[in-house]
Amino acid sequence: MTTALELKNISVAFDRLKIIDAITFALREGDIGCLLGPSGCGKTTLLRTIAGFETPFEGEVWIRGVRVSDNKHLVPVEQRQVGMVFQDYALFPHMTVKQNIAFGLQDFKGHLREVRISELVELLEIGEFLHKYPHRLSGGQQQRVALARAIASRPRILLLDEPFASMDITLREQLAKDVRNILKQDGITAVLVSHNQFEAFAMADIVGVINEGRLLQWDTAFNLYHRPATSYVADFIGEGVFLSGSVTGDREVHTELGVITGAMPLGLEQGTTVAVLIRPDDIIHDDMSELTARVTDKAFRGAEFLYTLALENGTRVLSLVPSHHNHPVNEDIGIRLEIDHLVVFPVR
Amino acid sequence: MSAAVEMLFSAIPAHSNLARHFYASALIFVSLILALPLFAVISSFLIPAPDIWQHLLDTVLKEYILNSLILMLGVGSLTLVLGIVPAWLVTMCHFPLSRTLEWALLLPLAIPAYIIAYTYTGILDASGPVQLFIRELTGWQYGEYVFPEVRSIGGAITMLSFVLYPYIYLISRAAFIEQSICALEVARTLGCGPYKTFFRVALPLARPAIIVGLSLVLMETLADYGTVQYFGIATFTTGIFRTWFGLGSSAAAAQLSALLMLFIVVLIYLEYWSRKQQRYYHTSNRYSSLTQKKLRGRYAYFAFIFCVLPVLMGFLIPVFFLIKWALLTYQKVINQQFINLMLNSIVLAACAAVVATVLALFMAYGKRRMSGPLIRIAVNLSGMGYAIPGTVIAVGVMLPFAWLDKLIDGFFRAHFDYSTGLLLSGTLVALMFAYMARFLAVSLKTVDAGLAKIKPSMDEAGRSIGLNASALVRKVHMPMMRGSLLTAVLLVFVDVLKELPATLILRPFNFNTLAIRAYELANEERLADAACPSLAIVLIAIIPVIYLSRSISMSRPGHDYSP
Repeated sequence: MTTALELKNISVAFDRLKIIDAITFALREGDIGCLLGPSGCGKTTLLRTIAGFETPFEGEVWIRGVRVSDNKHLVPVEQRQVGMVFQDYALFPHMTVKQNIAFGLQDFKGHLREVRISELVELLEIGEFLHKYPHRLSGGQQQRVALARAIASRPRILLLDEPFASMDITLREQLAKDVRNILKQDGITAVLVSHNQFEAFAMADIVGVINEGRLLQWDTAFNLYHRPATSYVADFIGEGVFLSGSVTGDREVHTELGVITGAMPLGLEQGTTVAVLIRPDDIIHDDMSELTARVTDKAFRGAEFLYTLALENGTRVLSLVPSHHNHPVNEDIGIRLEIDHLVVFPVR
Repeated sequence: MSAAVEMLFSAIPAHSNLARHFYASALIFVSLILALPLFAVISSFLIPAPDIWQHLLDTVLKEYILNSLILMLGVGSLTLVLGIVPAWLVTMCHFPLSRTLEWALLLPLAIPAYIIAYTYTGILDASGPVQLFIRELTGWQYGEYVFPEVRSIGGAITMLSFVLYPYIYLISRAAFIEQSICALEVARTLGCGPYKTFFRVALPLARPAIIVGLSLVLMETLADYGTVQYFGIATFTTGIFRTWFGLGSSAAAAQLSALLMLFIVVLIYLEYWSRKQQRYYHTSNRYSSLTQKKLRGRYAYFAFIFCVLPVLMGFLIPVFFLIKWALLTYQKVINQQFINLMLNSIVLAACAAVVATVLALFMAYGKRRMSGPLIRIAVNLSGMGYAIPGTVIAVGVMLPFAWLDKLIDGFFRAHFDYSTGLLLSGTLVALMFAYMARFLAVSLKTVDAGLAKIKPSMDEAGRSIGLNASALVRKVHMPMMRGSLLTAVLLVFVDVLKELPATLILRPFNFNTLAIRAYELANEERLADAACPSLAIVLIAIIPVIYLSRSISMSRPGHDYSP
């Protein structure tokens, strides 16, 4: 498969303040990538750099084998053939839905234009409000129109800036899946920006975690969760706590929960102090276990309880327990560890 | 002012129906009184004046209508170009002095149209510095060369346009900024270059806002008396004067006023309709910072020229000559009489401003605390005056006051054998009343906007933590309203100071203001002498403009704005 988008060592600054710091990644044709990070991390700036709204002071952006940005040359936005969906959709309020979509189809001749519009109508199921004005549409409908407009002229790459941020939280994950299906059907390569990991996991094939302008990891959702590259990624993705421990062997760490064994990719010396990531699903509730912890807090999540447990020395860990195990706060319950692979970071 | 607010606020206890009804009745009464001039003008058709009408129809009416239409067309198109293009350039581009021009483009707002007309006549007429320079340079005599006559309809269009374009500039700039850069960026990702983006997206999106600005410009154009009178152009406003004072027919003058109001009603509707459209044209509540395009070379040069020209023509040149002439004549002009003139103007404007603001508070609080169609209609009626030309207001004030005077006089004669004469007409009371009818709209709009910032939930929050009505006003309302109240006072103050036709008609005998003096001197062809009162008006009128400019340079959403 060919590479649709490639960023090489991109750095962007505003008023000498570095917003994006040497980011490099590549996206294969037909894949959906997500830039994930907290607000203010620079993810939107990175997206706008790909679109051509911002100029990098260092590095290059390549779209389908064409260099579109470097610190000297900048292909203007309107010549890049990128589609963009904005957070507020930015539909043109003075045009009907159909006119909005046709706006991007100026290069399509009369007949072809109609054909393309009817394709989009079918793909996005927007036929019933094709002749309405945007202010009469619901948020979800507006979003589909914005998507239709952005992909109408078959852009080389589609960029989505927090496309679900204005949506009801309960709808987001489903919408993310719907949009993913549409993009996959049309074979569109896309980059989306999000601060919500569930949205990112639901929609993207590959996710990049960004913090303070740096790309910390560019990987699948599974690997971000189970094999985080940095402690920031481990903390940002999913829930969990760090237990401090010390390395006692090649595959062994000693912690308050006893000796934990598993694969440790880092060649750490014995005696090194490390932080061990413990996910809520690593701690299993087991009445038979000799190891106990006291319930200090609990949150009901339907099928499960998320218990906050205090170990003997006061350290707190999280445990996900099927919700028919209903234990009151302050009760001691038996727990045991079940860790497939160790995630440890040396403590500096 | 705090006491007034407190009184108004606590005047409507939540559960006292009596107080509520009393307040509502008072509010409706005040608004009806203020609408009296309008009713008087409209009902003038009940009094027949057939002879005069036949005369007007035969002679000048066609000219009034035609000239008014030409003026509207000319001023309308010129202000659109002078307003929209600089607004787009300073919003989207960076070029030499663009940050300064962003606010400087508002400066012509400070100059009343009649003053710029007097000034340019002084500059451009046969004995003015421009023609003098041409003659010295070429050795020609007067009459041997062609020079455009400033006292013409073209001249009037130019003068009015150079002081009225800021309305369009202000409103279209706000519209361009509000469009949210996203709509423009989306157009670019869809393959539009900068020009196409402007014409296909930015301009259509700003259209409702621009039409609002345009209708205000056209209202001002129709309301203008000083410029067209000085240039000798027969329009409705000059016609109303001529019919009343020349032909001595108040009924026909009132009927002409009513006819003029037909034009105005169309404009009011246009404005209302466009404001409604604006809601749908709102693209976003999200602002990302504008990346301004840096212009270079001849583009930067053209942009600079286009933006600096209106400021130069509408402000810098006239003010330069006003200062020059004021320096030449001040020893002769500034005397005790001139100081009295200034005092008159300032006291009159200050009184009107304070009264208008208190009335506006009364109305705005009434609207806030009570609902219902009657209250809404009453408040809207009081807000209509801005659209009505000063000349029409003056006619509308004269008629009922004269009728009232006659009534009182008749009563006293019949019962006490004593003639009261003209008790109200030609007094400051009549003048003040006219100012309220015309300018209450200005203070009402400002106070209303200020009050709207205080959400009902804030009242409730204040009450729930134990503030009583008076504490609520002192600790919540006043601090939040102070700015709006000041602005309201300032705006009315300046508007009254600049007002010409209503003051001219309604002022008491021998009572003069700066505006009247400038008008008189100019009409005596003493243009240089008129510079001192004119300059005084401009210097005072520039205060709110600077105030406005400052808030403009700070209030760019998504830019350097901290709420």
